[in-house]
Amino acid sequence: MAVKVKNSSSEISFLGRLANSEIALGFLFILPAFIGFTVFYAVPAIRSIGISFTEWNLLSDAEYVGLRNYQDIFEDDRFWRALQITVTYVLWNIPLQTVLAVLIAVIMDKVNNSSVLRGIIILPWLMPNVIVALLFIWILDPTLGIVNVFLEAIGLESQGFFGVPDQAIATVAGVNIWRHMGYTSILIYAGLKTIPKSLYEAATVDGANGWVQFLRITLPLLRPVLVFVVVTSVIGSFQIFDTIAVATDGGPSGSTRTIIFYIYQEVFERRFNMGTATAASVVLFLILVTVTVIQTRYLQAGRSDLADYS
Amino acid sequence: MTTLTNTRLPQDEQQAAFFTNIPWGNVMLWIVLFLLVFITLFPFYWVVRTALSDPNSVYAHADELLPHDPTAFNFQRVLGMIDPTTLVGQDTSRLSAGTLNFWIYLRNSFIVSGLVTFGQTLFSSMAAYAFARMNFPFKDQIFFFFLTGLMVPGIVLFIPNFVLIRQLGWIGTFQGVVAPAFLMSPFAIFFMRQFFLSLNRDLEEAAKLDGSTVLGVFWRVALPLTIGPLLTLALLTFVASWNDYLWPFLVGRDEEIRVLTVALSVFRSQTPQGGPDWAGLMAGTVVSIVPTILIFVFFGRRIVDSIQFSGFK
Repeated sequence: MAVKVKNSSSEISFLGRLANSEIALGFLFILPAFIGFTVFYAVPAIRSIGISFTEWNLLSDAEYVGLRNYQDIFEDDRFWRALQITVTYVLWNIPLQTVLAVLIAVIMDKVNNSSVLRGIIILPWLMPNVIVALLFIWILDPTLGIVNVFLEAIGLESQGFFGVPDQAIATVAGVNIWRHMGYTSILIYAGLKTIPKSLYEAATVDGANGWVQFLRITLPLLRPVLVFVVVTSVIGSFQIFDTIAVATDGGPSGSTRTIIFYIYQEVFERRFNMGTATAASVVLFLILVTVTVIQTRYLQAGRSDLADYS
Repeated sequence: MTTLTNTRLPQDEQQAAFFTNIPWGNVMLWIVLFLLVFITLFPFYWVVRTALSDPNSVYAHADELLPHDPTAFNFQRVLGMIDPTTLVGQDTSRLSAGTLNFWIYLRNSFIVSGLVTFGQTLFSSMAAYAFARMNFPFKDQIFFFFLTGLMVPGIVLFIPNFVLIRQLGWIGTFQGVVAPAFLMSPFAIFFMRQFFLSLNRDLEEAAKLDGSTVLGVFWRVALPLTIGPLLTLALLTFVASWNDYLWPFLVGRDEEIRVLTVALSVFRSQTPQGGPDWAGLMAGTVVSIVPTILIFVFFGRRIVDSIQFSGFK
């Protein structure tokens, strides 16, 4: 009896010591996340680079081929076209989306900032890409879509949208602007709120009108937020896939085969070309790093003009 | 005010003053705002309108703003409330040939999103608390290591992860769909760490003095105090997981574990050639977004606030 009590009390004190030893507990607390990060982020990232130097179709053993996969994709016209289509998409998507988002944020700041309004404009962002794509295939249907019915009713020509090569990628961009402009405007609105009201009051006293105030106060002071928004949107925009997979399947005639769709096809439609697919994904990663560095350097992300006013 | 009291002004001058007093800039902004709200909401209305229309009239009456011949038939079909044998002999050329086990897909989406939300929120919070409050070797290096995960594009990870899940024999299983997101996400750790850092240390110190273990402090003091951000994180994780497409599409195409997003894209590819079953498809869409809409109605404000926070990471 006495032995038993002694035993359990020493167990308690051992557990108690473990529970209070910060080093052991710290490692215990990060252990699940550490396993998750190692297995599903760190190792795959390195493995991706490894696979990109091999020829491998999942069935036979991987064979080291050096830089040949990179050579192959750089000689593949489809790859360059995919890159060009992706850049075209980003150029349709980002400028328009950012301008609209700033417009919405300024409107919320000026006339109405109710939580109902913010709720409504965030709604599309909460929808799955798949559903957004389905919705717009129907709305933009070449013959029966309500948009074309409307265009014809007011005497305009109906458009092919997803169905014709020279409109498809712009249409995909439009759909994603619809999904993201509200979300982006919420981010920018939060940035607007950090601009001191006294600056506008002083400008009004000096006789500057609303437009001048917007150009001279709002935009410059919004720069850190704008840079953040543009950089993250560009990174996301380069990785467009879901909408295209559902709405156009890369077509018509390859006009929406973006870089991720190209990689997807290398794996799942061209007999598991794991080597070229991972090589292309590594190239995409390097492009994204370069674009991000250029954007943050050029736009001076870290520096706020607010310092100039104080 | 001035126009009313200044009765000596001639009529037309009064009118001119009235018009210049209207804030035309604001009127313009209201009009633009109204247009943007209309553009945002109209597609949702159109989904509901189509879902409520008679499937055979969708093509002939594409220009009607209200549902033609309103019916709940499409919802009944999507939810499996109609016995297919009763449709024999009727004109079914407009109906999808796809199987519509939406209850199963709905269940699968709840299983996947539920597991991911539970695991990711719990384990990320634990790690975040360790990074914010505990001292152990290489703490900052490990945290920075995790943050690099935010920069790697998904596709770089998808291919080796697909290979790994395949080697584990987990293709077509729930654990295969859930595994990569179950233990952590770099964003979740970053997000929770911010809130743990902003907690007042005094409460935790007091609990320690009262004999609480570190585990006890985390569980009974730190977590309850950050219940707001925790709930927000859980909601965002749930919605993101619910909306996920590429990964479940690669790993979980089998019918028994197929989630709603994958099911909808399969359903679309199975619809009659040249003439998709829009009424059925839109009914399926409505069913799929109901959980998100419910979350949005109850927690919309919380989500909006958290987005404003995450903007400054």
